[in-house]
Amino acid sequence: MGVKSWILPLFLLQILFGKFGIAELEQHTERISGSAGDVLEDDPVGRLKVFVYELPIKYNKKIVGRDPRCLNHMFAAEIFMHRFLLTSPVRTLNPEEADWFYTPVYTTCDLTPNGLPLPFKSPRVMRSAIQFISTNWPYWNRTEGADHFFLVPHDFGACFHYQEEKAIQRGILPLLKKATLVQTFGQENHVCLKEGSIIIPPYAPPQKMQAHMITPDTPRSIFVYFRGLFYDVGNDPEGGYYARGARASLWENFKNNPLFDISTEHPTTYYEDMQRAVFCLCPLGWAPWSPRLVEGVVFGCIPVIIADDIVLPFADAIPWEEIGVFVAEKDVPNLDTILTNIPIDVILRKQRLLANPSMKQAMLFPQPAQPGDAFHQILNGLARKLPHDKSIYLKPGERTLNWTAGPKGDLKPW
Amino acid sequence: MLSLVSISLHTFSCLLSLYLGFRFSRLFSFSPPTSSSHLNNFPPLPLSYSPPKPLINPLTSPPRPRPISGRHVISIRPWAHPNPTETLQAHRILSAVQSEQRRRHISPRLPSPPRKFLIVTPTYSRTFQAVYLSSLAHSLLILPYPVTWIVVEPRGSRNDTSAILARFPRLHVLRLSYPGSMPNTWAQRSRVESRMRLMALREIRDQQLDGIIVFADESNVHTMELFDEAQMVNWIASASVGILAHTGILEKDIEESESTNKQSSSLGFPVIGPACNSSGHFVGWRALDTSNYTGKIANFVGEEGLVVPNQFEWAGFVMNSRLVWEKAEGRPDWVRAFSVGGSVADETEIENPLDLVKDVSFVEPLGRCGKKVLLWWVRTEARLDSKFPTRWIIDKPLQITVPAKQTPWPELPPEIVIPTNPTPTRQSLTDKQHSKTGRSSRPRHRSRGKRKRESHMNSS
Repeated sequence: MGVKSWILPLFLLQILFGKFGIAELEQHTERISGSAGDVLEDDPVGRLKVFVYELPIKYNKKIVGRDPRCLNHMFAAEIFMHRFLLTSPVRTLNPEEADWFYTPVYTTCDLTPNGLPLPFKSPRVMRSAIQFISTNWPYWNRTEGADHFFLVPHDFGACFHYQEEKAIQRGILPLLKKATLVQTFGQENHVCLKEGSIIIPPYAPPQKMQAHMITPDTPRSIFVYFRGLFYDVGNDPEGGYYARGARASLWENFKNNPLFDISTEHPTTYYEDMQRAVFCLCPLGWAPWSPRLVEGVVFGCIPVIIADDIVLPFADAIPWEEIGVFVAEKDVPNLDTILTNIPIDVILRKQRLLANPSMKQAMLFPQPAQPGDAFHQILNGLARKLPHDKSIYLKPGERTLNWTAGPKGDLKPW
Repeated sequence: MLSLVSISLHTFSCLLSLYLGFRFSRLFSFSPPTSSSHLNNFPPLPLSYSPPKPLINPLTSPPRPRPISGRHVISIRPWAHPNPTETLQAHRILSAVQSEQRRRHISPRLPSPPRKFLIVTPTYSRTFQAVYLSSLAHSLLILPYPVTWIVVEPRGSRNDTSAILARFPRLHVLRLSYPGSMPNTWAQRSRVESRMRLMALREIRDQQLDGIIVFADESNVHTMELFDEAQMVNWIASASVGILAHTGILEKDIEESESTNKQSSSLGFPVIGPACNSSGHFVGWRALDTSNYTGKIANFVGEEGLVVPNQFEWAGFVMNSRLVWEKAEGRPDWVRAFSVGGSVADETEIENPLDLVKDVSFVEPLGRCGKKVLLWWVRTEARLDSKFPTRWIIDKPLQITVPAKQTPWPELPPEIVIPTNPTPTRQSLTDKQHSKTGRSSRPRHRSRGKRKRESHMNSS
């Protein structure tokens, strides 16, 4: 009995010290937990069921076949999400047991010769797809789309325009009023972001980024890094409209500052340079979001987000304030003071959070899909919205959607 | 009448809003707390300025105004230049980030406690000695490891070397004096340097100094990675050395040599060092084939032409000091006993470090099996008869000042030339006049011209 009373405290002590040992080993990364909790590594399988509508190929396959450039640009998430869902274990072939319904229509694949998507036909394409599913299946009319989700990754989401003023004028497509939108655009108090949307990162090619990885012991010697336009010479040569003047202000204030490695050049070592930088600027352009956020996270460069009221991807799963630096657009002239006044331990903590592999994985759309990637984060987001409120099921005869709302041009069949 | 009134009211209100907009925009553009004059505060506006609509007056707007569309002001602060305090802080941040990176990625691989280094450097007094020796001293100061610097010099060079080493009191230096003088042809010079290194090795053997021997020539450029990799040496290792042989010749010779020089790797310069096969095993050496160099190869030190290394250079080799001790535990059999005494006959046997081992295959390759170039071999010397003042300081103003004929500098009248502090005043010196010791101040064009003429004379 005397000996046994020794063993228990010794055992407890060993557990305690063992725990400390493990904590020291894992000190180089930190767990990421956002407002929804530690949910980045959740597995959506078993938590939801998604039914994928079988649309005629003119809505998806034919569009991609006509222009395969769509598979590489920033809006390719709509195509890859479809492919992922077709083979995913969350897919169900029985629509009666589905929690969510997915409509595979590629609205962002009408490209100019330069590769920029034209949004002029997108409302008609979307309308035509919704008409198809509402006439061939009863599930749309049952809830008027409240348990349906759509991917609309273009500049201003379901407003379907690249110019902000026109997008605000149009507003979100009236038929999508009740559906859940999965989009890259996120800005608070904006017409084109509706409540309950899931914000996703823009598509960045995972293999290309992987191919440019350098060893992590390469010292980070660039303080601030940015490559891109400051003035959009084609559309806004004097400045003031593009990026609300923030990018132009960046250039004018810091072009002479040796700590700021900023220019409009297109270097071949762009990805390698990001891995040698401490801060990477992610200012808004014509739209507030930018693929630089994804690149910064993947390459371990702290993103400096200069976009007022932006809503960042998976904001409930990822605590962006702890990972990135937010600078108001009016504070851009003070950017050097702001960045140099961040305490060193805060910077090191941000780098530790960025080094967490689940963080990097959550920003990517790899093919084939991997656990914890952006596809799974979208499904997790959808799963967190379950169970559906009973009120979404309409009573017979109840109709709230106006099928003839919107500009006349949208009503033409496609 | 009414329409006139309304029109005038309209124009008046337009002008008023223009003026108000002008004034209000100053309120929400940046102005520093220690503001200069009001004129300076005003940011430059885009050319066709019109008040953005709707105008936000920060006094009456809601607490979080929605970002407005329309033209915005590009706010530029009055002094758009870096602040030195902030720049210093940014560098502190960078060094903290880099130390953290080093701690996380490099330090786990290295032995702890860190092993001591014994750096062997032969030197002698000449124009460029100050440049080279002090730059090597700076490199050694940055190393995060304990270092003993063994500097070997011929007897006549003591004072000059002392003057340079006096500026680095924090370095632990062991100075050896070699009996003899440095000859002035490259071939003989490299032989004498080998003997000087052997003298250092004998010293290490006799004093039983413990550490890792690195042969660092003063004119070479060393990366910090070389020393990190050297920490993991067992007995003898070798790193890849990039050869920069073209320094000191005219540009057109460079193009000639490069087109005919098939020896050079795809990098454009040759690399000597260990070579590995695709499965990572050390299989042989990449050596230099000097017959590929078609440019003129310099014979005399300070002559115009290419300076090429020998087959095997001492630089790039790293050894455990126990290799040369009389007795050492655990020393493998493939190490030849280092029994060189002091006589000349013994010394001629050892020309390069590979002579110290019987079996070359045991040499460890550094830098990812020789794929990374860890140091750069350079030999550039000033003209043999070039004069340089002691400690690179001219105490008294010079008696004769000769205006340079080929420099772009304006001819200063003699009364301005006399200095109050010791700075070089000769106008033929094309360097900055700030007594930066150690910088070569030969105007290249002039001396090249002279050298050309002299070489013509020599050859004819």
